[in-house]
Amino acid sequence: MRRRPNTGRKAQDLVVKAISAAAALLGIFFLGWILFEVGKRGLGAFDAAFFTSLPAPPGSEGGGLANAILGTLIITAIATVIGVPLGIMSGVYLAEVARGTKRAAAVRFIVNAMMGLPSIIIGLFVYTLLVLPFGRFSGFAGAVALAIIMLPVVARTADDMLSLVPNSLREAALALGAPRWRVTFSIVFRAAKAGLVTGVLLAIARVSGETAPLLFTALNSVYWPTSLMEPMGNLTVTIFNYAMSPYADWQRAAWGASLLIMAAVLGTTVLARVVFKEKKR
Amino acid sequence: MAVRPTARRGDRIYRGVAAAAGIGIALVAVGVGVSLVASSWPSIEKFGLSFLVTDRWSPVTEQFGALSSVYGTLVSTVIALVIAVPFSLVIALFLVELAPPWLAKPVGAAIELLAAVPSIIYGMWGLFVFAPFMAEHVQPALKNSLGFLPLFEGPPMGIGMLTAGIILSLMVLPFITAVMRDVFTMVPPIVKEASYGMGSTTWETTRKVTVRYGFSGLIGAVFLGLGRAVGETMAVTFVIGNSHDISVSLNAAGNSIASTLANEFTEASEPMYLSALVELGLVLFLITVLIQVGAQVWIGRTVKRAGGGL
Amino acid sequence: MNRSVPTILAMALLAALTLSACGESTPPQAKLDEPKAAGDEAGDTAAAAEARKGVMLNGAGATFPYPIYAKWADAYNKVTGLKLNYQSIGSGGGIAQIKAKTVDFGASDAPLTAEELDEAGLVQFPLVMGGVVPVVSIDGVSAGQLRLDPEALADIFLGKIKKWNDTKIQERNPDVKLPDTEISVVHRADGSGTTWILTNYLDKVSPDWHEKVGTGKAVEWPIGIGGKGNEGVAAYVQRVNGSIGYVEFAYALQNGMAHVQLQNKDGNFVAPTIESFTAAAESAGWKSAPGFYMVLTDQPGAGSWPITGASFILIYKEQADPALAKQMLEFFDWCFAHGAPMAKELQYVPMPDAVAELVRGMWRTRIASPAGSPVWQ
Repeated sequence: MRRRPNTGRKAQDLVVKAISAAAALLGIFFLGWILFEVGKRGLGAFDAAFFTSLPAPPGSEGGGLANAILGTLIITAIATVIGVPLGIMSGVYLAEVARGTKRAAAVRFIVNAMMGLPSIIIGLFVYTLLVLPFGRFSGFAGAVALAIIMLPVVARTADDMLSLVPNSLREAALALGAPRWRVTFSIVFRAAKAGLVTGVLLAIARVSGETAPLLFTALNSVYWPTSLMEPMGNLTVTIFNYAMSPYADWQRAAWGASLLIMAAVLGTTVLARVVFKEKKR
Repeated sequence: MAVRPTARRGDRIYRGVAAAAGIGIALVAVGVGVSLVASSWPSIEKFGLSFLVTDRWSPVTEQFGALSSVYGTLVSTVIALVIAVPFSLVIALFLVELAPPWLAKPVGAAIELLAAVPSIIYGMWGLFVFAPFMAEHVQPALKNSLGFLPLFEGPPMGIGMLTAGIILSLMVLPFITAVMRDVFTMVPPIVKEASYGMGSTTWETTRKVTVRYGFSGLIGAVFLGLGRAVGETMAVTFVIGNSHDISVSLNAAGNSIASTLANEFTEASEPMYLSALVELGLVLFLITVLIQVGAQVWIGRTVKRAGGGL
Repeated sequence: MNRSVPTILAMALLAALTLSACGESTPPQAKLDEPKAAGDEAGDTAAAAEARKGVMLNGAGATFPYPIYAKWADAYNKVTGLKLNYQSIGSGGGIAQIKAKTVDFGASDAPLTAEELDEAGLVQFPLVMGGVVPVVSIDGVSAGQLRLDPEALADIFLGKIKKWNDTKIQERNPDVKLPDTEISVVHRADGSGTTWILTNYLDKVSPDWHEKVGTGKAVEWPIGIGGKGNEGVAAYVQRVNGSIGYVEFAYALQNGMAHVQLQNKDGNFVAPTIESFTAAAESAGWKSAPGFYMVLTDQPGAGSWPITGASFILIYKEQADPALAKQMLEFFDWCFAHGAPMAKELQYVPMPDAVAELVRGMWRTRIASPAGSPVWQ
């Protein structure tokens, strides 16, 4: 083999490798920058009261965001419970059950279109569906709104990941006599596990920062959540309210709450990856 | 080969549940679409098609036109994707092919963490930290070097279309990267090894084998990012300057559909105003649909979905 | 596959959800349920205190009074145990939600006309006031130095005056060295009561503005960029030299911004202070305002600030639950009677006592149960 063509290809390869590393570095740099700024402004908000007390009006001591933290946990958890199974099963539908059919193509098209919907529109939709008829804002409506936002993210990722699993795996399982559902859940899922988990985590990360849909559904509250059918305090709307206020203590709390959200999502990500880790054989 | 009766019933349930989920999502989307059209009907009736090409936004005289918002959405999204997609591709490449495992995990987690930043924080960081940086360093530099282009006219205020586009690119980067990384991982090693076995470099393997194999998944990743960029409200409204004028310059202020909708909806009480705002949302929905149709026409014929299909 | 760990997690999650969905979580702060004993300010009887336990009133609307409503609600809760949850979703949202009956009261920075009120079966009353302050960021000009007359202010926002050293501005400011800098206008990107108050004022004082722009919570601004919220406007103004914007008084103070002196109806140049806002409120003719439709811009009075505004509460004339309505009115009554010091602390202007009396009179005559018996005695 002649030397020159190889050197050119090798050089190209090296350049791309360098660019990749630089790009990754740049991404981390921005993250570090944002983290630094948020941390600088928000770390000071973390005290015992932050995690245990109810909100206090501006200028008062000892206020916290405990009810908002609990509310966000509840709303996000319920949204996940609703949105993730539905999203994954839709992905299964698109990639396994109805693969290649016209119906699947139509559903896939619709799911993609849903991804571009501004979250405020989804909030309005759920408002018309679950708030107006009952005459009250509710944490449950908020969870439903978030679930709808999660759906296309989970479904599309699941669809893509499941589709990437080679057919040889399916053929082998079917040849052994496994029913279709077994093939999907035991074999294909396991092969696509990392990707499915990514889809779920991305969806959770996506909704954990959403404000507008909750504004029209769960509203917000300064008291402890007592029922799913009442307005429920949540971190994002509180952050919005506090950040837009002229009071230094409220603004600091807003930054602190944002830091908390980031930490929580990171924690969830790490936990999920550990739990669903591929066991090395 | 006889399948056990319980297995057949299990399969029926399985298919039923999957179909219910798939149809269910479609129904929800259709429901949203229908309610969008219903709420924007008064505005559709009043303005008709002129809504799409008029550049007026006057709540007081109730004259509404979506043009500046559509323009802003498209431009900011294009900037975001033009920056984010290549970056995501090479970062995913780095994470899967280049970085040793002890490095790939934390770097990957760090990139994913960008997705966890609440959008209002992107907005506030953008306004209080990044925009001044843009005003002091980036925009003047661009103006000095490329200022003859109408793209870079105007005073460097730090906010504007370019800043909004860059912040959007940061927001969509983790989504696109994470999915691309998983796509790269799911390409069977045997396929890659075959390429290496023939003497290909890493980049050549990636370009010619991995990307081709996972092309559909990569496009899915881009759509994920596109969806996020197009519907983003908080981050954009903080830094885009919220002006209803259209300008070619990237330094100029503009607005996007999502930001206008979010800004004005909570204070609007007149029915026609509300209807026009919802119609903006409908227009956005239609834009996403059109992009999708375009992409599918472009890709759909040539690429078979790799891997699955039984 | 090791199913146990994910399964355990799923069960734990389900358990937690079931508990939260069914249960009442007990608030850790017992004081929420224990109103103060004899001698407290709301004149409680034990029976009334019992009645308030577990009640939560929901209100939503204007963002402008959000901090003071939150403060009053918190203080009232400590005194009486009544829970009041006020959320700032915007005046439009407040009007929409009270009309949809998803909240107990709505709040709006812009008053509804008597016709709109009658049509919806609502009544309104002002609860608190505040001022809108033009702020500038000009090299060499300090707070309170710049004087603007009404035409100049309008022309700046119209884009007709383009530079700071324009004669129309300079002639009012003979001892200030105004630079030859372009004026950058900053307005609100989002719809807001603050914009409504400012545009209402400009509408009154400038025929040009009236013709070209008009009054609204969001308008078609002739020039300028939009900041998100008061914070956004403050941020833009602070960073762009030669800019002018408008913010609520509290923001101007908190951010140490350079406010402007305006010429009021009487021809005097006044600075924005609690006193000048109060002066505007006191000269207003509330008695003759149908449905309390009163806009406090451009009010007469030697020391009146020309861009003052009140924020309004909207409730139904016919209250299906008279007991709840009474508790709600008791809260507002308490705000009138005891809320003034807290309001001033947060740079809001409390309603003058005379107006509070008029409001109570309206409660007596207009708010009743479906059977017709008045809620407020």
